[in-house]
Amino acid sequence: MKLTGAQILIQTLIEQGVTDVFGYPGGQVINIYDALYEYKDKINHVLTAHEQGASHAADGYSRATGKVGVCIATSGPGATNLVTGIATAMLDSIPLVAITGNVPNSLIGKDSFQEIDITGVTLPITKHNYFVSKIEDLADTIREAFAIAKSGRPGPVLIDIPKDVQVAKYDYEAQPIVEKTPLPKVEDSLIEQAAALIKEAKKPYIYVGGGAAGLGLGDAIAAFAEKIDAVIGCSFMGLSAIPQNCERFLGMQGMHGHYASSMSQDEADLILAIGVRFSDRATGNVSKFAKKSKIIQLDPDSAEVNKNVHVDLGLVGDVEDSFKRLAEKCESHSNPDWIYRVNELKKEEKTFEEEIAAESKATLTPKQVFEIINEKKPAKTIIATDVGQHQMWAAQNAHFDGPRRFVSSGGLGTMGFGLGAAIGAYVATKDPVVLITGDGSFGMNLNELATAVTYKIPVVIVLMNNGVLGMVRQWQTLFFGKRYSNTVLTRKTDFVALAKSFGAEGALAETAVEFKRAFETAIASGKPTVIDVRIDKDEMVLPMLPPGGAISDIITKVK
Amino acid sequence: MEDKKFVIAVYVDNKSGVLTRVTAMFTRRGFNIDALTVGETERSEYSRITISMSGDDYVKQQLINQLKKLYVVKKVEVLEDEPIKRELMLIKVENKSENRSEIMTAVDVFRASVIDYSPEGMCIEVTGNPSKIDAFVKLMQPFGILEMCRTGIVALDRGTTTLLNK
Repeated sequence: MKLTGAQILIQTLIEQGVTDVFGYPGGQVINIYDALYEYKDKINHVLTAHEQGASHAADGYSRATGKVGVCIATSGPGATNLVTGIATAMLDSIPLVAITGNVPNSLIGKDSFQEIDITGVTLPITKHNYFVSKIEDLADTIREAFAIAKSGRPGPVLIDIPKDVQVAKYDYEAQPIVEKTPLPKVEDSLIEQAAALIKEAKKPYIYVGGGAAGLGLGDAIAAFAEKIDAVIGCSFMGLSAIPQNCERFLGMQGMHGHYASSMSQDEADLILAIGVRFSDRATGNVSKFAKKSKIIQLDPDSAEVNKNVHVDLGLVGDVEDSFKRLAEKCESHSNPDWIYRVNELKKEEKTFEEEIAAESKATLTPKQVFEIINEKKPAKTIIATDVGQHQMWAAQNAHFDGPRRFVSSGGLGTMGFGLGAAIGAYVATKDPVVLITGDGSFGMNLNELATAVTYKIPVVIVLMNNGVLGMVRQWQTLFFGKRYSNTVLTRKTDFVALAKSFGAEGALAETAVEFKRAFETAIASGKPTVIDVRIDKDEMVLPMLPPGGAISDIITKVK
Repeated sequence: MEDKKFVIAVYVDNKSGVLTRVTAMFTRRGFNIDALTVGETERSEYSRITISMSGDDYVKQQLINQLKKLYVVKKVEVLEDEPIKRELMLIKVENKSENRSEIMTAVDVFRASVIDYSPEGMCIEVTGNPSKIDAFVKLMQPFGILEMCRTGIVALDRGTTTLLNK
């Protein structure tokens, strides 16, 4: 069957199981959009307000499901607008296929209108990328891109297709969905060594990251912690991996981690790291990180072992398989002294929190906001966030209804990520979506409110409005002598009116009662709603490790 | 940890843009290489990149790990135990009559050859181990080096083993 390149592209996407794509048309993808029109019964295209929104939506789609997210943009500015989204996916190992059009082969290299070397631009922020110069290569390139995006440690792949390739005709024959390349199984001897280290350990700490969150190992990890009498902590990307009711779970560790989680990681004599990459935000001063501990690391990416911290034993390969074999190999034991010590740390943490709450004069604190959200959110709610203080409050306080229910930019820390990602997560799951954002982040890409309205996406946007760029302000308060350089937003934006002008709902909340009412109304309405939640500009994210500091430098209170 | 010189041989796809992918990774990961050569191999679908670098064991391992992650890279191998290394240099030196005989003796001893000659200067080709080339450069310095260029090394393991079959 002879098809045009544009038709082959869409057919191959359908063949690879793609049901939804996010994008924005333009001159060099007009043929692709023509093919989308033809296949609209089989593939749903979501038109965003901006290509960046499309890239974040494809990313959110993937985070919520594990499927490969797909976005489409035209050449030049369309392609460069995807860049932040692709980099966001790269840093968090999210499988994405980004498709861009380009000028015809005959105009390549001539600085033609809207011509950009997007494979060059995205070289360091993709797992791999392609410029498809010949139609003969098109279908197989797309298949290879899907295989690369989802295999091993996932990541984004970009395919740049010049216009003449979209127009040319070639034979197309459907092929099965490409399988993930199987990861190597770890040798028995290494599993035995790991089991021996665990057996010797008196203070074991299981450290869960994004690599484990996606595998759905939460219950198995909780059961394993019970068996070896360990506690569990997670990196930012590991949030939502462990069941909320697991008593051994201490929450996130690291720069803004829970006190008990960070401290017990520091005191542990064995860290079993599953799918983490020991980011600087998680370790603090790396030369002082986990000095009393042996580290066993399970990861699919061999380059992550011994990259940031010295690891005593690396189990590189199929993480799920290694974990299950290891869990089976280990015998039960009990570490009552360790559990006693961790419980003490938990008590200290509770005391700090109560002191902060008691001293607060605010009518509505971030903690109260999350108490209400946790209580009132429907089952299976996906919590998406932007980046800043609100994101860390969410990481510390939000309850998650299972894995893939937390959608947030960890590694790149992309302000403006949230709304697009929330839209993508909803398109993928049709489950309730709550976006936690701040007035800084929301201001970056609020244009996607138009997309939420157009596609009737009932996202509840909890806008934690403090009139400042809170996270930077917090640093300025603590480390820059309160010199608030460019972090005070003296804007006059009326977010309620803004929401209404987009065709969404809007509500103002200045007290806990008002917020509760607004949140319940928003959930019940089934409409995209912005709740303008007023919080104090001097609320801080605590605890905090100072920049370059170690766990022992943890700040739990600011006078 | 101590810095050591080492040589890494890499088989990559023989396609356009492959060298860019490899060198862009060096930039992004902050690797500073001493020399790099690339050329065709016994198999037309692959090119061979030879990288000379100095660093400690951590740097060496990181370089290998990151190279292996590139999809265009088919095989990465550290050439251990003194592989056969060769480098070629073209060097142009001033041809002063009082120095001529000393230069010619050096050319003779180093089994180099004069490939261009004029009353003002001569161009010499030297092939060998990088240390031999270094020694030759040092020897020529007092006579006035006008210009020089070195290819960077190419290297193969000794014996009959090949990289792709390792």
